[in-house]
Amino acid sequence: MILAIIENAFLSLIGSAIPASAVVMLAATGAMLGERVGVLNLGQEGLIGIGAVYSVIAVLSWGVESPWLAMLIGMIAAAVAGLIFAVCVVAFRASQVLVGLALALGGIGLSNQLGTNRNGTPIQTLFREVNPGGVLDDNDAVSAFFFHDPVVYIAYIGLPVVLWFVLFRTRHGMNMKAVGENPAAADAVGVSVTGWRIFYSVLGAALTGAGGAYMVLSFTPTWSPDIARGRGWVALAVVIFAGWRPGWAVAGALLYGSMISLDTTAQARGWGLPFMGASDLSFFLSMLPYVVTLVAILIPAGAVKLGRRVRSTAAPAALAIPYSREER
Amino acid sequence: MALTGTDTRLSVEARGISKSFGGVAALDAVDFELRWSEVHALVGENGAGKTTLCNILAGIYRADAGQVIVDGSERDFRSPAHAIDAGVGMVHQHFRLVEPMTVAENIHLGWPETPGVVSQRALNERAERFMAETGLHVDPTAKIWQLSVGEQQRVEILRVLARGARVLILDEPTAVLTAKEAEELFAVVRELAAGGLSVIFITHKLREVLAVSDRLTVLRHGIREITRPTEGATANEIARLMTGEERVLDVEHRVVTGDPALELRGVSALNDRGIAALHDVDLTVRSGEILGIAGVSGNGQTELAEVICALRDHQAGSITVDGADIASASVRAVTDMGVGHIPEDRIGMGMVASAPVKDNTVLHNYWTPQFSQGLTLNRQSVIDFAKQIVVEARVQTRSVFATAGQLSGGNQQRLVARREALVADRLLVAAHPTRGLDVNAAQEVRSTIIDRRDRGCAVLLISDDLDEVLLMSDRIAVMYEGRIMGVFDAADADREHIGLLMGGHSLSEAVA
Repeated sequence: MILAIIENAFLSLIGSAIPASAVVMLAATGAMLGERVGVLNLGQEGLIGIGAVYSVIAVLSWGVESPWLAMLIGMIAAAVAGLIFAVCVVAFRASQVLVGLALALGGIGLSNQLGTNRNGTPIQTLFREVNPGGVLDDNDAVSAFFFHDPVVYIAYIGLPVVLWFVLFRTRHGMNMKAVGENPAAADAVGVSVTGWRIFYSVLGAALTGAGGAYMVLSFTPTWSPDIARGRGWVALAVVIFAGWRPGWAVAGALLYGSMISLDTTAQARGWGLPFMGASDLSFFLSMLPYVVTLVAILIPAGAVKLGRRVRSTAAPAALAIPYSREER
Repeated sequence: MALTGTDTRLSVEARGISKSFGGVAALDAVDFELRWSEVHALVGENGAGKTTLCNILAGIYRADAGQVIVDGSERDFRSPAHAIDAGVGMVHQHFRLVEPMTVAENIHLGWPETPGVVSQRALNERAERFMAETGLHVDPTAKIWQLSVGEQQRVEILRVLARGARVLILDEPTAVLTAKEAEELFAVVRELAAGGLSVIFITHKLREVLAVSDRLTVLRHGIREITRPTEGATANEIARLMTGEERVLDVEHRVVTGDPALELRGVSALNDRGIAALHDVDLTVRSGEILGIAGVSGNGQTELAEVICALRDHQAGSITVDGADIASASVRAVTDMGVGHIPEDRIGMGMVASAPVKDNTVLHNYWTPQFSQGLTLNRQSVIDFAKQIVVEARVQTRSVFATAGQLSGGNQQRLVARREALVADRLLVAAHPTRGLDVNAAQEVRSTIIDRRDRGCAVLLISDDLDEVLLMSDRIAVMYEGRIMGVFDAADADREHIGLLMGGHSLSEAVA
């Protein structure tokens, strides 16, 4: 009896963690792209909302029938927001933190406004699971683990592999890292710091927008206000947890996705445990992603304190610092 | 002096170059000729226009007027990339290297000839090939932060040479090097010139000019004073052309027997990385004397200055100023005891570069009744005080409202030295007080320090310039790897002995 419950819970956890984490994974990859060239975009939460709401509009109002096209529209909308952000912080050197927070709040507000009349309308244009030959049925443990829609594979395998290759195996990636570590050095050897920073901020915003689009085109699948529910913030935490490495982002996103799923599963099943006087666990589970983030930040910081250099997992040195050629 | 400059064809010629910044002329119709296979020293005080001229040759600035002719054809460089395409490359005083990346990666950064898809191994092999071609060696797999400053400079030179530079411009290349590293650099530079390259060597150290160059050009206030072969030139003559006047400071050395103003007993301390930097240091500085610390940079001098000024905790031992232990004293408490500190890093620690000159003059005492009532500053008294310092210390500035960061290095140091001297009733700690300064500014800062001594203040002078230590000090202590290797009276100081102690030999070895 107990075993059956645990097995059942585990299946439902895995089944929802993988797609739930795909949103985080896409947003984390988007954030990481910008951060690798030194641009910190705290507006992930807003970008997810914008990507999601424009995909919803594309499907419900413009009659778009392909989920790919709907996602592309969401990505373009997020990219436009990302461009505005990038022009502010890169060209005009405004504070990345302030403009990022404005984008987070403004993006949530804008998407809620645009989504008002579409609350709860089910989306029919969905991504379909890859299920070769229909070998496995819906409730099988293996299918829960392996068979998802193509976006999941792109997010977990395609993107990290491509990004890893670009960052660590190409001239382009080397220059990219230089822009994030020491823009003056990159500038001195003829790499356009402004151009690269704007380009990757916009591309990163588009990827985060894809995360939002994926939520409404597969995961929820309907518009509801405040659609990101903190996943944008979690994505920023995943980037830190992963130490700005694409491969580790997969592990981070899955870990965080599981924690989010655990929370929803616990709430759905009404798991009650007398814990610190409270009647259910959900408050603790909701807190978990942020506690893990704190720990993830403290571990490298602690290692530095102990005299060990952990350069490979440190943030890009010029992260969130505007660059200007005249200043030293 | 080996004269390689038998080839008189010109690699670079500048005609009538003028450039001004904000209405102030940095260069005024300067002509300059550089030959193939020569090392050409470009000499002048700070602000003479040396770096500006080279920045124009290297495509960083564009001249307001004049022509640049490289290897026979006139050029108008719009960017450093253009200049490097034409074979002119510059190594700046502040390195432009990416610290967490390897040597090989830094050499290949932003270079169109780097293969699109690369592996560490391929980059290392390519880097090793360039090193073999140029004779300059650095471990290609090392990360930049693991390298010494001299090695980092070699990476910068390699980067320029790998891109095919035939004209190499070095901006104050020895400013950050130890004496040994500088010697190595001279050898490299000679070798490159022997191989047919042109090298411009910017410096204001006369000994280097004589040691390394074939010809020299002196700039003063944006005008060329002279271009001549180095052979036959004397340091005095060059100095006269640089400064327009001959000024030599004559310091009288004293033997003082008064009470100790500063006493260190068995002091040990750690550096920023948690490694022991000071071992069991005993030192005494008496009122009215200058104790000079001789030693190669990085042997604990920085930490020594910091523990005395309460900027760094010590692990063991006692530090007393006028007999009072400062173990648990705050920086302000130590300042109030009459301890002034001219810090090594004048921009980072000595001043607030973005604040006006007037505010920088009262950093220690803005809160005293002289300058403030309750929560408000008395603006007028701050301005008056600042004007007084600016006049007395001959700080050249538009006004006391200009930010300290706008001052030239020499003027910044005049300001800091004066401010600290006024605080220092009992003890002045001066760390590398004239580093990077031109002759005039250095003399004035030294005069300020000597004036303090003559008024009965104790002075601890830290410098990696042995000439300066010998010139200024009444007694000399030699530091090596955080230990005091020996202490001498100025009269008994022997340059060779001190040199051996600085290199880690013991006193008995040195005397033997």
